[in-house]
Amino acid sequence: MSDAADLYQELILQHSRTPRHFGPLPQATHTAAGDNPLCGDRYQIRVQVDENGIIRDGAFEGVGCAISKASGSLLLDAVIGHSRDEFERLFQDFHAVVRGDEQSPAAIARLGKLAAFAGIWKYPARVKCAILCWHALRGALAGEHSATTE
Amino acid sequence: MEPSTGILPPMNKPAPQPLDPVAIRREFACYRQAGAPLVYLDSASSSLKPDCVIDAVANHYRQTPANIHRGLYPMSEAATAAYENAREQVRRFINAAAREEVIFTSGTTDAINLVAHGFGNALQAGDEILITGLEHHANIVPWQLLRERRGIVLKVVPITPAGEVDPTDFRAALGPRTRLAAFTAVSNALGTETPVAELVALARAAGAATLVDAAQAMACCPVDVQAWGCDFLAFSGHKLFGPNGVGVLYGRRERLEAMNPFKGGGDMIRAVTYERTTYNDLPYKFEAGTPPIAAAVGLGAAIQWVEELGLPRIATHEAALVAAAIEQLAALPGVELVGRPRRRRSIVSFQLAGIHPHDAGTILGTNGIAVRAGHHCAQPLMDYLGLPATIRASFSVYNTPEDITALLAGIRRTQEILG
Repeated sequence: MSDAADLYQELILQHSRTPRHFGPLPQATHTAAGDNPLCGDRYQIRVQVDENGIIRDGAFEGVGCAISKASGSLLLDAVIGHSRDEFERLFQDFHAVVRGDEQSPAAIARLGKLAAFAGIWKYPARVKCAILCWHALRGALAGEHSATTE
Repeated sequence: MEPSTGILPPMNKPAPQPLDPVAIRREFACYRQAGAPLVYLDSASSSLKPDCVIDAVANHYRQTPANIHRGLYPMSEAATAAYENAREQVRRFINAAAREEVIFTSGTTDAINLVAHGFGNALQAGDEILITGLEHHANIVPWQLLRERRGIVLKVVPITPAGEVDPTDFRAALGPRTRLAAFTAVSNALGTETPVAELVALARAAGAATLVDAAQAMACCPVDVQAWGCDFLAFSGHKLFGPNGVGVLYGRRERLEAMNPFKGGGDMIRAVTYERTTYNDLPYKFEAGTPPIAAAVGLGAAIQWVEELGLPRIATHEAALVAAAIEQLAALPGVELVGRPRRRRSIVSFQLAGIHPHDAGTILGTNGIAVRAGHHCAQPLMDYLGLPATIRASFSVYNTPEDITALLAGIRRTQEILG
């Protein structure tokens, strides 16, 4: 029995207990709510994007489970300082792995620390927790004000 | 409440033998086949199905799979007889006055929607429908849709901090425009048992019709529609050890006769021309199309199985389990019970301090413990409680004190991993 220990790895637990980039972002240029009505998870994600399309800073706040919170924290860790296009590529790579469509060691390694979520496809009900903040950020960058992963 | 089906032992006999859940488990393939111990504490979502129900459905498809009410040949006649026999079993089980008052639907949700259309569409703008703060979405959303169609007013009786419906609050919410009071007999989220007979009497005194959502009540308390005096009662087969896809709407005959059909199609008509259709008699007026015949037969088998076990014995067994669960959960550090109703049936909801219910549900699940973690299709209730979700354990005939021990061990393991 896996006992979910593969899911709740130390890195995920750390980021859920003390998430990074957690709070407001007054200088934000883009923001959106991420809402999973099924879980009651609800976050507001904010980023500051400069004229070159680089995500200069980002923050999120709200309530949710350990998986969604850790994912928001690690997501912002990964994208701050990178371009919108790089975020979009990471979005695709992350989705392919967490949905279980792509599980090659190379694809998982490309995710860096986010590889901690690579086993979540074995918990289908939790995949949407892992991608909630990602959809919110993508929505914010597209000028939408909310995203949902019901 | 006194059982009134005539099947249950009279109360002057010696106390019945307690249920033996270990023996009962032998009648369930999913217990026999489980590789690891199965700790199933989610019967409030759907109960497991005993062999006799699975066999009844399978044998129906093997022996009499023809359609009903149509064929002029023996197999169709046998299928019709089996389907109508299931209706009679339901009638007896809920003590309806007549078989015409028992409508087969696809489930509780379908049954409530039938009332929202058949009864609700005749209402006028400004007429009021009263529900309580304990309701499942199935007893909220159909009335909101009716509000959009007809401009009715949907009123909600608030619940007490303990999670109960206070009849005084209920009475205060009834008014001269209240046309229907629709409320649950047992809260699926908190386990609260509402005072159904008292609420029905209050509503009737105010001139309102009543609908009882008995989805959560059927498998744990004797239900008697005549003793309750309700106009409508809805329940599902799958929470009563029966198949998915079948449920029941009980309706008092004069109410049903006054209502227009919900769905149009075959079987619900007497004569059709392009100009005009004459509807069939009760109950067929409300059973358009080929109904879930085999599932209804399976529900009949489930009812017979429950009657043989005896609802009073089932209730005693589950009351002991839920009381033990509450006592042990309350003693565990970091556990907060949600709702403290004085009358409770088979369900306990709780929170783990600092742990999201979905994380707990995942870890319990990987440890072989099936609970429900979520809003229980009762988001307005969760909003009132100020919680996104709870963890819910529910108990049934096959549960044992060892299941509670396993749940507590699972909770401690969850706290260890996430604490």
